[in-house]
Formats: sequence, C-alpha cells, structure tokens
Amino acid sequence: MHRPHLLSFTIALLMFGCGGESASSSSGADISPAMASSEAFVQQFREALESAEPGDIIDVPAGVHSFKRALTLNTDGVTIRGKGMDKSILSFKGQISGAEGLSVNASDFVIEDLAIEDTIGDALKVNEGENIIIRHIRTEWTNGPDVNNGAYGIYPVQTVNTLIEGSVAIAASDAGIYVGQSKNVIVRNNRAEYNVAGIEVENTIGADVYDNIATNNTGGILVFNMPQIPQRGHSTRVYNNQVSRNNTENFAAPGTAVSGVPKGSGILVNSNDNVEIFNNQLSDNDTANILISSYFSANYAGQKNLAKEFDPYPEYISIYGNTFQGGGEKPGADYLNQIRVALYGPTGAFPDIIWDGIVNPEAGTDGPFICVNNSEAKLLNLDAGNNFEGAQVNMAVHDCEVDKLPAIVLRGALANAS
Amino acid sequence: MFALSTKPKARLLKRPFTCARWLIPLCLVILGACHRSPEVQFFGDQEYPQKLSAWGLMQLDNQLIRLPSEQQVYELNTPLFTDYALKLRTLYLPVDTSISYRATDAFDFPVGSIISKTFFYPVNSSGAIALQSSWNGNPHDIDLSVHRLIETRLLVRQPQGWDALSYIWRNGEAYLSIIGDLITLPVDDGSELNYLVPSRNQCAGCHAENHTHGTIHPIGLKARHLNRPHPIHARNQLLNWQQSGDLSGAPQPALIPRNARWGENNGDLNLRARAYLDINCGHCHNPRGAADTSGLMLDHQASDPAHLGVCKPPIASGRGSGGHLYDIVPGNPELSILAYRMSTTDPAAMMPELGRARVHREGLTLIEDWIASLSGVCL
Repeated sequence: MHRPHLLSFTIALLMFGCGGESASSSSGADISPAMASSEAFVQQFREALESAEPGDIIDVPAGVHSFKRALTLNTDGVTIRGKGMDKSILSFKGQISGAEGLSVNASDFVIEDLAIEDTIGDALKVNEGENIIIRHIRTEWTNGPDVNNGAYGIYPVQTVNTLIEGSVAIAASDAGIYVGQSKNVIVRNNRAEYNVAGIEVENTIGADVYDNIATNNTGGILVFNMPQIPQRGHSTRVYNNQVSRNNTENFAAPGTAVSGVPKGSGILVNSNDNVEIFNNQLSDNDTANILISSYFSANYAGQKNLAKEFDPYPEYISIYGNTFQGGGEKPGADYLNQIRVALYGPTGAFPDIIWDGIVNPEAGTDGPFICVNNSEAKLLNLDAGNNFEGAQVNMAVHDCEVDKLPAIVLRGALANAS
Repeated sequence: MFALSTKPKARLLKRPFTCARWLIPLCLVILGACHRSPEVQFFGDQEYPQKLSAWGLMQLDNQLIRLPSEQQVYELNTPLFTDYALKLRTLYLPVDTSISYRATDAFDFPVGSIISKTFFYPVNSSGAIALQSSWNGNPHDIDLSVHRLIETRLLVRQPQGWDALSYIWRNGEAYLSIIGDLITLPVDDGSELNYLVPSRNQCAGCHAENHTHGTIHPIGLKARHLNRPHPIHARNQLLNWQQSGDLSGAPQPALIPRNARWGENNGDLNLRARAYLDINCGHCHNPRGAADTSGLMLDHQASDPAHLGVCKPPIASGRGSGGHLYDIVPGNPELSILAYRMSTTDPAAMMPELGRARVHREGLTLIEDWIASLSGVCL
C-alpha cells in the first residue's frame, strides 16, 4: 500500500484543444481560450495524479496536452482513461525535466485509450506493481527512428500480472514494448514498428506474446535474459504473431544491450530458457526469421565477467508450426554476412532459423534441446564457439520435444480480461 | 494515540497576546514591537495549511530568518547535491519526546515531528543567483537582502507515517504546492537554471527507499550522515541530542557509523566517494530501491565490485550509456557510464534523474578521481 492522501480530488474534464505548461516565470499572455482550457487541464491532470485516491478514474479529454516535466502516480487502484490513442495525446515535445513521460509506482493500475508522444526518456514506465492493464495506448516519437529518442515506449518492470493489449509503439531507441523482470504477463494485439526492438521480454517469468504485429523494427520480438539483475527469466510463449521486414538500421545508443541486435532479426532468443515459438508468420527478416543465441553472441560487453549464477545458454527452445517467407538474404552483421556467403554463395540465404551453437560445456548429453518441428524449416548451427568452423545444418539433433508450456492466466481483477 | 487533529486548536487558544489590526499602532507603542517568537504548530494530514508561516517553523523578520527556540538546526556529513542550492535544515520534536536511534536506517521519529529543508541561493543586485557559494550553517547569517529563498520542503510525521510537502517562496511567504513546479532562475553568469520543485509523488521517488512498500522516510536523518560537528556550536550533533534527551538508544559515539565528508580533500578518497554515492544515489540504487532493476547498488552497504558497477554492463540505460560499455572501468573515468551520467544534463541520460539541471563539477571530479584510483581490467 502506498501512503495516504492529502485531498480527495474529483475532476470533470471537458476541455478540448491544445495547450500546456511552461516554466513558471514566463508570462501567460496571448493565449487563446482553447489553449487556456487545455492549460487548465494540464494543471488539473497533474493534481489528479498527485492527490489520487484508490478507485479514481482520471479522464483525459481529446486534444494535445503539452507537458514540460514528467508526470508521476504512486496511488494504487487508479484508472487513467482517454478518448482514443489518436485523440487524447499527452505530448512531451520540449520536455525539460524528468526521465519519463508518465512514471507509475502503483498496483491495480489501468491506463487506456491515449497516446504519449515525444518524451525525452521513456514514455510510460510502471516500476513495481501488481495487476497492470495497459490497453489501447500509443507511445511514439513522431520524428521516426533516432538515437536521441527515448529508450522505451511501454515499459512495465518488476510487475506481476500484467496485460498489454491493443497498443502501438513506434520509434523507441531501445524497445517499443519492453517487459522487464516481471511475472505472469500477456502481450497481445499490439503493433510495434520502427523501434530497435519491437517487443522485448527480458528476465521475465511466464509471458505469452501473441497476435502482435512487429514490423520495420531492427529486431521484431526479443526474449532475453541479462545477468546481474534480480530476476532470472524463463518460460515465454511467442505465437500467432506477424513478424516481418524488421530491417531498420539499428539506432540504439552504443553500449546498450539491443545495440548488438543485427538489423533483420525476426524473433530473437538470447540466454533464455523454456521458450516456445509457434504458429507465427515470419517474413523477409534479412538476417534471419528466427535467431537463437547465447549471451556470448549478443555482442555485449562484460561477457567474461559473468556471475556464476547466470545461465548464458538458451535451452529448451521449441519451434513449430510457423510459416516462413523470405529472409536471411542480407544479414545485418558483417560476420554473419561472411558466413552466409561462404555457405550459400553471394546470392544465397540463411535458412529460417540460425543458432550460435554455443552450449554449456557441462551439459553433457542433456543437450540444449533446441527442438524444431516445423515442416521444411531448417536450423543452421553457426558453431560460433569454434570460429564457425563447424557451421552446418543437422536437423536430426533438433528432432526433439520439450514439454509444452501452460497458457498464462491473468488473475484477480484481470481474470476477465484473459 | 493522542488526537493530533485537535492540537492546533488547543495551541491557538494558548497563543500569547497578539495585536488586532486596528490596535497595531498602539501595540507598537505599548509593547515596543509585536515581535514574538514563532511557535511551531502541527497539522493533521487533512488540514495542511496553504501557507508555510502557519506552521510557525520560521519567520522572516527584517531580512533575517527567525527560528523558534524549539527548532534545531542540523547538517549532514555529505549532502545531496541540488543545483548548488544552499540548504537550511531544521528539526522540530514535540515536547517530551525523543528520537529512537537506529544504526543504519533512518531514525525513528515521534509522531508530530517536523523536518524542514529550505533551499536558497545568494542573489546579486539584479536578482541573479550565484551557483558557487557557501554558507557557515548559521541561519542568523542568511541575509535575505542578498539571498533568495526558493522552497521549503517538509517531512511531517503523522500517526500513519511520513508525509512530504513542498512550499514555494513568493514575496516573503511560501505556499503549498502538491504538483511541484519548474522555476526559471536567472544565474549571475547570464544563463538560466530550470529549478525543479518536486511534486508530492516525486518526493516519494527518492524518499521511498523501499520502492516495494512505497512508504517514505527521511534520507538524511541517519546516524552515518548526522555523526558530525554541529554547524554553529561545533559539538557532535548526535552526542548533543543524546545529552539533551532528544535521542535515545544510541551507543557510545565511537560505535556510531560515520560517513566521510565528501569535500574534505585530505580525507580518504574511497570513503569520500562512497559517501557521495550513498547520499546522492543510494536511496534508489539499493537492493530494495526503485533502481534495483538495474542491478547497480550504490548505497553504503554495497561491497561486491560488480554490484558497485565495476565492469558491469548497463541493463536499461538507453542513451544513458553515453556509448560506453561498463558502469565503471577501473582507472578510466572517461570510459565509465557512472561518470558520464553525472556529467550530462540530458534528462534521459543524467543521474540522479531528478533534482538537478546542472552538473555538480566538484562531485563529478571526486567520482572521476575515485574511478581513476581503482585497479582492475574489464575483459
């Protein structure tokens, strides 16, 4: 529970138009009535967030509402509701303070039907909380891909029981939709476009990612584990998604984890276990439609300093029922392109699935269990651990089964949503 | 639990004689002046006053700050950097109560306690603030003809916990602001400073050191920060409180932890750097804090070099990486993300995320020197 409340606060917000806030020393001369009414909304909206009580529904009217500093919400049980992701717009163009647009530390939180645009850092961050619904939200940097865009669009981290649906994430310089260190998550019916990573599930336990469209990102859908953070992730299902043409040049800041993602990556699993990839439509992802890699191929720093408890190897990966078209013709990393040419000729293409082939030397015959039962689809083992000398396709070793993961079931107030 | 909400009214009845407006000229003659020491009032969480003066925590009088006798001034060994603002810190304890000592966490304060922090700058004749300045710590030496008060933040101990309030100064009075503000201040070098007054929720962003619970606590009022000479009378602050009965349960002074003073150039570099990181970063970068998501721990208890950032790659830094690979590269501050994030004012990249719009050059130099002194190689 978060702390008690200063004031009870109810708002009836009927304002339309454009307006916003400025630093307090500037004058308010020459503003139109419509702008003045939206400026009043900006103030009221901030007050509503700051003095919210559980059960509050905070409406955001249609219009472009401009903010110069971050918004924060710490009260459980609040709903923020706009009139539509193209109508109610929280614009942070020209933001001068705060690392996010809207920063939330609360449970039983619902945000729906609005847009958050042009934040200087992350657009919507929910840091710790249970029962989170993010629905019909658009996060966008309206200038398109740019290293100076904020890192994350929709960013729940350390949440439990979380639903992200019907949302749109565009031009984040890291991930459009990023679920970090969370448990029991559904990401569905979203569109992620022109981000470095379209949808990224990282260090998360139990996630279903389905019915999404990930296109024109550097990498479409990523399932990652990173070392040295509190929760090790596993058990993600990625299915029924359309993952196509994720060939946008990587525009992430150097040094970030996703800066090593080669452009043209469809679905990319890194260092994560128990991942099921099925019934997706993958097409024209120029590096490969599906990539499976260990931490050692992620082009990260710190690879030799891994903590002992970190498992850098992807294991128990199951790939079946996907449809593939095109892809693998123009890998987005020089070393991958050289291997492609060496193995398949100047005009040849990688098979639909590539794997770095780096396995736990202590695993013995237990194997990594990268299981592929996907009709004619082939997996190329790059043998990256041996300078690619043994790169080959050998589907026999991938003819295996791992137990199917159970569907994610949202609980409590979110039970009806699933 | 005694009924706090009735306390202000009871206090009002006991107010000393005051002058009705029409009587003021007469009073001036009779009493010499209507000056009386301000008297501290406590308010319940449903009745916070719009004006700071209602609390009676301080009074502006003839260009000076007057504090009631029951208010105590204190200082920290190493304080948070806030855009070079000078800070007057006061503590009010209800009569016949005392603080309970804790070795590591914030002390346990009795209900009714009020902690205040007033942020101010020197100003020149045209009203421009000076960023590089100092002050001897004595509130009587703050001449308001050459200083501008910006805001006063209160932490108020209610029965259910602490509340954080910001009051913004305007024309000799400070007014409650729940939503915070950005105040553009002219600086004497010709530039402007966008000074952030935190909103109520932003207060919790730092003061909820346990981000899961979300409850707020004082940050500075911990043994290791307070264990130092008093700014005015120079006696040890904690010893002083022990002797006056304001602090109970404290061990003998030698057993009380003490952070280094960051600016003491002849002090131990490692201790000074860790004290600086503790107060500026540790409220979020601790194992229960908002920034535990990063795996970077900068509180005073962190000991594992990897948790402190040595050769540690970033997790979700965005462009806060500055293009660097590790939080700390021993011996190489210019390659270290930690120093980069202190050296930028880009809100998406800088650290801390809130509370500064300027680079703390001297703090940055300290951390750079510290990183330069570390040995090791990132593979």
